[in-house]
Amino acid sequence: MNQDFRLDNVGLINRNKKISFKFNGKKYFGYEGDTLASALLANGVHLIGRSFKYHRPRGFFGAGVDEPYAIVQLYRNNETEPNVKATEQELFEGLEATSVNCWPSVNFDIGAINNLLKVFLPAGFYYKTFMWPKSFWYKVYEPFIRKAAGLGVASIKHDKERYEHKYEYCDILIAGSGPSGLASAYAAAKNGARVILAEDKPRFGGTLLTSEVNIGNQTGKEWAENIIAELKEMPNVIVRNRSQVFGYYDHNMLVMSEKLSDHLPKTKKYHPKQRLWYIRAKEVLISSGSIERPLVFGNNDTPGVMLSSAAKEYLKVYGVLVGKKPLIFTNNDSGYETAIEFKKNGIEPIILDTRKDPKSEIITEAIDLGIQIKFSYVVVAAKGYKKVKSAEIAKISDNKSELGTLENIDCDCICVSGFWTPTIHLASQSGNKTKFNKDIDAFVPGVSKQNETTLGAANGTFTLEETLKNSFNMGHELSKKITNIDNKVLSPLVTEKKSTQHDKFWCVPLPKGKTYKRFLDFQNDVAVSDIEIALKEGYRSIEHVKRYTTLGMATDQGKTSNLNGLQLVSNIENKIVPEVGHTTFRPPYTPVTIGAIVGRETGKHSKPTRKSPMHSWHAKNNAVFVDAGVWLRPRYYKQGSETLFEGSKREAKNVRKNVGICDVTTLGKIDIKGPDAAELLNRVYTNAWLKLPIGKARYGVMLREDGIVMDDGTTTRISENHYHMTTTTAQAANILSHLEYYLQLVWPELNVNVVSTTEQWAGASLAGPKSRSVLAKLFPDIDVSNDGLPFMGYREGNLFGVKARIFRISFSGELAYEINVGSDNGNFMWEKIMEVGKEFAIQPYGTEALSTLRIEMGHVAGSELDGRTIPYDNSLEGLMSKNKDFIGKRSLNRKAFIAEDRQKVVGVVPLDKQTSIPEGSHLVKDANAPLPNPKLGYISASCWSVEHDNPFSLAILKDGKNMIGQKLFAMSPLKNKTIPVEIVSSHYVDPKGERVRS
Amino acid sequence: MLHIKCPHCGMRSQNEFAYGGDATVKRPELNKEVSDQDWDNFIYNRKSLRGKHKELWHHISGCRQWIKVERDTATHEIFKTVKANEEI
Ligand SMILES: [Zn+2]
Repeated sequence: MNQDFRLDNVGLINRNKKISFKFNGKKYFGYEGDTLASALLANGVHLIGRSFKYHRPRGFFGAGVDEPYAIVQLYRNNETEPNVKATEQELFEGLEATSVNCWPSVNFDIGAINNLLKVFLPAGFYYKTFMWPKSFWYKVYEPFIRKAAGLGVASIKHDKERYEHKYEYCDILIAGSGPSGLASAYAAAKNGARVILAEDKPRFGGTLLTSEVNIGNQTGKEWAENIIAELKEMPNVIVRNRSQVFGYYDHNMLVMSEKLSDHLPKTKKYHPKQRLWYIRAKEVLISSGSIERPLVFGNNDTPGVMLSSAAKEYLKVYGVLVGKKPLIFTNNDSGYETAIEFKKNGIEPIILDTRKDPKSEIITEAIDLGIQIKFSYVVVAAKGYKKVKSAEIAKISDNKSELGTLENIDCDCICVSGFWTPTIHLASQSGNKTKFNKDIDAFVPGVSKQNETTLGAANGTFTLEETLKNSFNMGHELSKKITNIDNKVLSPLVTEKKSTQHDKFWCVPLPKGKTYKRFLDFQNDVAVSDIEIALKEGYRSIEHVKRYTTLGMATDQGKTSNLNGLQLVSNIENKIVPEVGHTTFRPPYTPVTIGAIVGRETGKHSKPTRKSPMHSWHAKNNAVFVDAGVWLRPRYYKQGSETLFEGSKREAKNVRKNVGICDVTTLGKIDIKGPDAAELLNRVYTNAWLKLPIGKARYGVMLREDGIVMDDGTTTRISENHYHMTTTTAQAANILSHLEYYLQLVWPELNVNVVSTTEQWAGASLAGPKSRSVLAKLFPDIDVSNDGLPFMGYREGNLFGVKARIFRISFSGELAYEINVGSDNGNFMWEKIMEVGKEFAIQPYGTEALSTLRIEMGHVAGSELDGRTIPYDNSLEGLMSKNKDFIGKRSLNRKAFIAEDRQKVVGVVPLDKQTSIPEGSHLVKDANAPLPNPKLGYISASCWSVEHDNPFSLAILKDGKNMIGQKLFAMSPLKNKTIPVEIVSSHYVDPKGERVRS
Repeated sequence: MLHIKCPHCGMRSQNEFAYGGDATVKRPELNKEVSDQDWDNFIYNRKSLRGKHKELWHHISGCRQWIKVERDTATHEIFKTVKANEEI
């Protein structure tokens, strides 16, 4: 294998394991431990994509999370993922990736013609260009933006990978395993604290992997390896790599995304691809380090221009040279460390230092090594289109405003260092008001808001000795508070080279007559000139400048660009940076996949599925199920090729003619006990409850305090102080909370207990003229005659050895009974009823027939009791007691509620007795009236009346009381239907209610 | 996600609770004359406070007790939680 840019003996990669991969269709090789970026660079590939707006060639700028533009479309195991950073994606066998933002190819990009023609899209481009004409947006602008600017393509396939959520509690969460993370984790763990240490990279150690330091008698890297090894063995420590703590939420809740399988060709069976951790930590130590700042000069986005820290990481971790003729452009000592690494590996770097005569140990070492250094020098512009070929450089005056003669210097990469920006995102997310530190020209955390402490470089501490000392102390101090153990680990001796003051200069002026683009934000193509335009156009707030220019937006959220943008705004505005302030940091710190956020809650797991104990019987008997809240209920039992319409009609007819059985297990059931139970019912229901005899049921309506109907149902008095309440399926949970609210907070003096028994009882409704005959056979020892068990009566019985409750209540309007047995016996009960009912032509019926039966009876249900109607609207005003107070009563005398022409439920029949009226249709007087046609009411529920064999609907109609007999139109623009209708009574079947009492 | 100390169960995550509104609202007594204004205030009129707020939470996936919580609506800081029958 010929890898021109790979060093022989340097790096942490596994050279025994070769890995093949494809980039833009071409095959390459790398090693285990490479990232896609390091492997491509080892192969000399620098051109990886095109920029967002101008489609300028893009290479690698960073080596990890800081990367603004090396974003690829990844293909793995027949799936594809957009927005993958090549600098973070670990190499695996068979990896395929393609460039984004370029069409037709990365080498020849049509969008770049914009660039050639100098049709540069200025700041506010989106606002100025794509706003009008309005009609252009959907047809022209949006498709154009989508095609030209997309950062990749999301897969439209179902994601078969598994994602997990995990909840964890710990004493101390430590974000970042660099020197401060390791030291504080070690100190805290040794002191007995439960510690979670999270590292976003595959390797632990942070900067210790690349810096030339000694801790005790070990190198930094050895020390890190030993600490990690020891931490992993400790039972009170959880250590995770490939895990990014991306969000700091309320009450010290942090969320971490762990990537378990993204680095593998394929996720192992039964393993998750990613895991989202919700971590509640007593204390949080933020050791997230810092990110190097770019220096800004002409064409600083050319492939081959990159952060000097990234060049050092490629060299020391991956054994990769990012160039063989490197130019190091720096305003501080960090650039020297990179230069020294090049030099040690036989490469001759040239350093351009913006400073005049800096003195430090590192600079001395570079000079001693014979590295060529030009002080007071700057890069004016990078030369080369798809790759740096040379640089235009110049001497700069002491006041940094005048450039000397332009010189050309050959180079194949430019490594820039503009000093360091602490990564304060997590601290800021926690609510920490950050402060500007003039010594480092960057923001650092201020006073802690939650229990968070920032350590090391993230706190602006750039020397290892101080970092370790502080971190050992903090780990010990915080853990001592929690564990009360005082087991102190001593901070080891540190050997590191001292550096000197950085230069505040970072933006190279344009030479006269040159119009080089100097980029601030590489991901969004925001240049110095864009910020200048935005400010000229009157934008002042940094939040507005950000949105107008798109500075610091998109997936990298300005990790490298924010501070330079702020510096520029403050320079132009003659303010200091702290006055300008930084934009708000919001989670997530790095992009998180939708899969990880959703976790296991996809498809049928997106909500619980509740099944009645008779579910398997229904399934065996061809039930077609329907979602009823979280329940699955039979909609109808399909016979042969029956449609829903045919099947439900058959079932409903059989109830009216013979007898039907319906699973009503889903009804909410609440057990109410206590000496004041009747008093509670009397207050929450609108009708009178104090005199209900034992063994009797009563229908009741509950209101909200604002007078709106909340629910209805029957409640039965089982014994002296014991009641059984039923609620509608939908309101079951709310009604229990409602009762608890009044019992615990409003009327705590009432001695009552309430508990949900919905799941404890299986329920079957037996309805139809022959239901009594079935019941008699089921309970031969009970007198089920009309006198023995009258309407609204209740008995306890023995159903073939099983204890049962029998309620004579009806939802269908027919003679009907509801039988409850313990859930375990639900199926037994059902089968017995079917067996006994056979001779009476019993048939099961589903929710569709159930609806039909109640609609033609004019029995209001969920579609009328929809949270907008009052008792009068539902013709329930007869149930409003005049002799007592109850919840919501005081609201019923509101003006609108007692208006003469108040809406009321009515029946609606199409004049042709044929056309079914779509639910939701509006009732209007004149079908041809000009729009908006005044709406008189709406169709709340529709069915095919089996009693009359024609369509029938319920409607809530204005002045419904006086509208019976009127002819109106039901209009459904959605279904494109206008149906002439007649308004009739809502009680379409058995208006006197004789059948239920028969 | 908030961390709420249920006076019955201890520290629990917010997803076990349901929010229940202003804890200082008193329901007018039953069978008493209530003016339109007082009834409106009870039903509809709520302060949208920025700062310390006394509110109700229902430990719906826990002990099912309603509790009173004093919380800063801007910072989410929780100062105090008490049982339903205690004053906050
Ligand atoms: Zn509780």
